[in-house]
Amino acid sequence: MSINKESEDEPIRIGVFVCHCGTNIGGVLDCEELAEYAATLPNVVFSDHNLYTCAEIGLTTIKEAIEEHNLNRVIVCSCTPRTHEPLFRSICEEAGLNKYLFSFVNIREQCSWVHMKKPEDAFEKAKDLIKMGVARATKLEALETIVVDVDPSALVIGGGISGMNAASNLSKQGFKTYLVEKEKNLGGLLNSLYRLFPNDQESSELLKDIEGRIQADKNITVYTSSMITSIDGFVGNFEVEINQNGNSIRIKVGAIIVAVGATPLKPINLFGYDGKIRITQFELENVLKNYSLNTNNIVMIQCVGTRNEERMYCSNFCCMSALKNALIIKEKNPDAHIAILFRDMHTPGIAYEEYYRRARESGIIFIKYLPEKPPIVEENKIKIYNEYLGTEIIIPYELLVLSTPLIANEDNKQIAQLLKVQLEENNFFLEAHVKLRPNDFATDGVYIAGSAKWPVDITESISQGYAAAARASTILSHDTLEVEGAIAYLPEEYKDLCRGCEICLKLCPYKAIRKNEKDEIEIIQVLCKGCGVCVASCPKKAIKIKHYTNEQILSEIYAFGGIKLP
Amino acid sequence: MNFEPKILGFLCNWCSYAGADLAGVSRIQYPPNIRVIRVMCSGRVDPKFIFTSLQVGIDGIIVMGCHPGDCHYLEGNYEAEVKFKMVKLLLNLVDLQDRVHLEWVSASEGVRFGEVVTNFTESIKKLGPSPLSGENFDQHLFEKLKAIELAADGERLRALVARKRIIMEEGNIYGEKISQEDLDEILISAIEDEFLRQQILLKLKNEPLSVKDLSQLLNIDSSVILKHIISLKARNLIDYDKIEGITPFYQKL
Repeated sequence: MSINKESEDEPIRIGVFVCHCGTNIGGVLDCEELAEYAATLPNVVFSDHNLYTCAEIGLTTIKEAIEEHNLNRVIVCSCTPRTHEPLFRSICEEAGLNKYLFSFVNIREQCSWVHMKKPEDAFEKAKDLIKMGVARATKLEALETIVVDVDPSALVIGGGISGMNAASNLSKQGFKTYLVEKEKNLGGLLNSLYRLFPNDQESSELLKDIEGRIQADKNITVYTSSMITSIDGFVGNFEVEINQNGNSIRIKVGAIIVAVGATPLKPINLFGYDGKIRITQFELENVLKNYSLNTNNIVMIQCVGTRNEERMYCSNFCCMSALKNALIIKEKNPDAHIAILFRDMHTPGIAYEEYYRRARESGIIFIKYLPEKPPIVEENKIKIYNEYLGTEIIIPYELLVLSTPLIANEDNKQIAQLLKVQLEENNFFLEAHVKLRPNDFATDGVYIAGSAKWPVDITESISQGYAAAARASTILSHDTLEVEGAIAYLPEEYKDLCRGCEICLKLCPYKAIRKNEKDEIEIIQVLCKGCGVCVASCPKKAIKIKHYTNEQILSEIYAFGGIKLP
Repeated sequence: MNFEPKILGFLCNWCSYAGADLAGVSRIQYPPNIRVIRVMCSGRVDPKFIFTSLQVGIDGIIVMGCHPGDCHYLEGNYEAEVKFKMVKLLLNLVDLQDRVHLEWVSASEGVRFGEVVTNFTESIKKLGPSPLSGENFDQHLFEKLKAIELAADGERLRALVARKRIIMEEGNIYGEKISQEDLDEILISAIEDEFLRQQILLKLKNEPLSVKDLSQLLNIDSSVILKHIISLKARNLIDYDKIEGITPFYQKL
């Protein structure tokens, strides 16, 4: 990055290039006259107009003019900066001008195209926009982008199916990977499952396969019975402390994946749960492992402790677990009577819907219940109101199975605080954006996979493990990271103004602001995205932002108002 | 001749600025009165920008950000909304509140961008020229607006507004969550105080004045003025200049 064209005392020398964009602009606005107008504005030493400024000849004109007229600011009046700013910035850089000394004036999308029926008014508007652009350019400053090193290694928190797949994938891409699991064994909830949908594979088989690969992988270091105790640093450079059975281990990683999973809810005080003849779907898995069922009458209740006021969410896989387990029972004991009491059956896709069809065919009975009239569980029978019959049905049972949801782990809060990431209202981890960045956190370099974010089944957990690994590799595959120059900072001379109210710390969505050991506010350049909210909010106006400074914005306002900046 | 208002728009780069681009690509036609300042986030729009725009004679100011829940920076638009609410409350004091507007426009709403700009331009046309523009420039109003700008730019109001969402969501340092209504009440009373204090300070900047003088100049009961004089003196913003008879005169420090 070059900043050689900029020095404090050098007078401002602006070059303005007005683009015809064929007839897109030139057909509505007189570009030659606009260029002449620009030449009359303060600090403008050169102006020109081209048929296409973004074409080779236009770009050459800019480069030559920078050279010839010793320009230290360049303005292109053409289309939208959202598409063409990178191109013109790079041309300025090629000519030795800092890219932040380039400024864009949009006279196509926001002028010639939208006011084509009023060319005279559009012309006046274009003049104003150029005047505002020149005022802003006068206040522009050369900025440096900073470059930080990236540690090509990753930490995966949680050794369940999602975490193991993420770790294995990262390792295969060549990145040193640390896998931290709080329990004694890897596998998470896989350890307590019997067979898996949709292929009826034994859970232990899948676990053995992936665990074997992890253990044999020299590029993966596994820490079981371990907890994360501290995380410091930022994207590319995290310093992590792990506690394994009282021993402290320190590692350095470039990216972190959160795959801590979730916990099955124990339905205390719900539907007579006793853990013996009234058990959860998860406990049934264990019963099925060593098939010890000698009962013929089995009832399952869905949506136990979920989709209610306390937990608004659907746990996603419980319908499938119930279908799968009911079919396993039917397979081992075709005479078994099984009834599934449900609110809505959720079996998306071809393979899952197939389970439902098979269940119906095998004689499993499905009875819908209404949330306001839930089943009443008695000693050995269940009373359920059937809305279609308009009457109550009584079903005898010897085993009652309650499908309970996954709930957020108790230590999620602690981990979220260490990582400076957010939790949603049910204490699951909150992604950066539900559609645009589903496996990222807002905090750079930290990613999420599996049921830590939301209850998901095994297939989805594996996919998300891969997704998070792929996202992490976008950081890890580079030796260095370049950081945007247009960011917030606390100038040395304003440090005394700060009275430590910490409002900026709370408002920063990227946790880019922290207090250092001297109790001073510090903005971590790598993490700042330059939104400017802290700048507009600081009660003492101590924090400033580069490239969108108050002076720059006010200069545009004054230019439009027709008043010189005081 | 028809009145053609000067309209200024602060557009978020990620949503409404892109929406305006889409309006262009779709050749949507809207009134050419608006000039645009591109910002990275509507939360960057310092209230000062809006008051300054009014002071330089711009007839209408519109701020556009991402729809709730869609902010490119997660929550910047909520901050914009909180700040804008204060701007409206302050402008209520001088009856300029209808000249400013906040709107959510996404990158895909090209047609809607055109409609929003058209409607806002029409509403400003109906209001007529700003009393701070052209020949009918109202010096008295200008001074009041200056006091408003200084009030909004002061530590007290900036802190109150910046802390608002934190207090509503996380509670204050005692862990008490305060309702929106209670916070608004606090904000309104702070706004009234700060507005008056800034007006007093502006008057005292020019010449030393007594409580009675200020009461007459600002057309406000002298007991109210006295209350603020005491508070300003305690904050070391003003001091005695002289005492004539038994009447103290104050000056800005």
